[in-house]
Amino acid sequence: MIGGFDVLLHPPNFVNVPHDYIMSSQTISYPRFQRASDHSFLVTFGDQISREHHNAIARLVARLGAEPNPATLNLHPAYASLLISFNPLVTHPSEFEEYVRAMVHQLQFAKLPPARTIDVPVCYEPEFAPDLEFVSRHTGLSRAEVVRRHGSPEYLVYFVGFAPGFAYLGDLPPELSVPRHPTPRLTVAAGSVALGGQQTGIYSVSSPGGWRVIGRTPLRLFDPEKNDPTFFRLGDLVRFTQIPSIEYKVLAERAT
Amino acid sequence: MTGSASDIVPVFTVLSGGFLSTIQDSGRTGFAHLGISPAGAADSVSFRLGNLLVGNPPDAPALEMTLVGGSFQAVSRCIIALAGSDFAPSLDGVPLALWQSAEVLPGQMLALGATRTGARCYLCVAGGISVPSVLNSASTHVLTKLGGFNGRGLKSGDVLSSRRFDPILSYSGRMVSQEILERLFTPGPLRATDGPQLTDFSEDVRSTFFSSDFVVKEDSNRMGLRLAGPVILRSRAEEIITEGVSTGAIQIPPDGQPILLFVEHPTTGGYPKIASIISADLHRVGQLRPRDLVRFEHVTHERALAALSDREALLQPQRCLQSAW
Repeated sequence: MIGGFDVLLHPPNFVNVPHDYIMSSQTISYPRFQRASDHSFLVTFGDQISREHHNAIARLVARLGAEPNPATLNLHPAYASLLISFNPLVTHPSEFEEYVRAMVHQLQFAKLPPARTIDVPVCYEPEFAPDLEFVSRHTGLSRAEVVRRHGSPEYLVYFVGFAPGFAYLGDLPPELSVPRHPTPRLTVAAGSVALGGQQTGIYSVSSPGGWRVIGRTPLRLFDPEKNDPTFFRLGDLVRFTQIPSIEYKVLAERAT
Repeated sequence: MTGSASDIVPVFTVLSGGFLSTIQDSGRTGFAHLGISPAGAADSVSFRLGNLLVGNPPDAPALEMTLVGGSFQAVSRCIIALAGSDFAPSLDGVPLALWQSAEVLPGQMLALGATRTGARCYLCVAGGISVPSVLNSASTHVLTKLGGFNGRGLKSGDVLSSRRFDPILSYSGRMVSQEILERLFTPGPLRATDGPQLTDFSEDVRSTFFSSDFVVKEDSNRMGLRLAGPVILRSRAEEIITEGVSTGAIQIPPDGQPILLFVEHPTTGGYPKIASIISADLHRVGQLRPRDLVRFEHVTHERALAALSDREALLQPQRCLQSAW
């Protein structure tokens, strides 16, 4: 019963929300407060992936950190929502909800940590880029052009989630959107830079995965021995710089 | 565990690790925003009771054995308790009672076999099992190889260590009341509150979900339990944006076969959630085996909270523990 759990093990549903996305049946007012379970609240700021919602979530995380509640267990930020899990034996759920609502109404007072801009070296050479050829054929762009376009934007770490240190990056140039592997690979090496739908991300730990791998960074993205165990954090700005494999090897040696 | 190195003593040599035996505590909280889910004991109630039996704090690290237990040779005198499912335990070939603290002497052999009841059995040792703390927890996160005994299940040749125990707090012959156990492990349906996307499912589909039997599939683990049963389909076609998920959430992938997210679940996910198992029943999920049948009962948040308070009352030491003599 260990392994073989591919649906959960590859980053699922980096959903492409179509531009003509319209709420079908009901109108929802935001921010929306839901009891996701008897030990968690879900605060949703909208139904789109947007930097505006991201900013609200970053602010809410900062407020909750500045005025912690003893019942809070975990914060799960995502694209447009924040799930907050808590111990209902420490604070009654209705009291906890009041606390969360108060924090949401004080977003303007949030003190955000200064945004970091991080250069991430990536080697796009064939030994690290098993799917670059596929991406080139699918997009009709040369391999060099895929690499150039992938490296051109400054990406935002919308959040870290799914697996330890896995950064959900946006926004990918739309022409680089490619379908995932129909059957996820059993092992994708840590550091693999990959495309999935309209997202790009980096596998922080070696795991099964269904995204299209176009390069690899020598940086160590998850180190449980460190005080800050993950390389990326919510709100980071990321630039990819292309490096040759010889430099990859030097940097990889230094990272271990 | 804190304390100087001389407080730590080897207690058991592992002769066989069993199917999957990992060190667990009450979980690694506070790191979900970095993608790290809590892990921790899958059956938190058995884990707590086992610790109470040996006089430990309720969250002291213990060994969680899965489906087939291991065998262990004692290297120093200790007080132990086995809590959870019946893995046919014996000490030097003599059957050993579950839910009861017992003294083990150096050289004695503790052996467990295949389960005869549920999925997990906990070996609790007075003083707690000592492993380096990783991100404030002893828990093993199996799928990311984090924490516990080098992030993995025990193997032959490993040595379990423990803090020297306090003979005032820790003694043999304490047991858990049978009546309390029956109330903590009722065989009834798993109770669940609304999931965040419950209204994405029609009344008919909800009623099917809450009235049908589901079978636990073989490829279930600490990350999640895959269930097979009637196909549960959403009324809406639009996918949802990836959002945070909590332990016990029941997500419905496009094939309509539910996945119950468990202690090592990914911190975020993109599938709609129809329901969430209540905190008071989560420990029972930890005892489900492949091919077991499960059923869900829809309850309100008020009932969920009342059930949790009831469970906590039963777990008070003065309520659940008694002397075996």
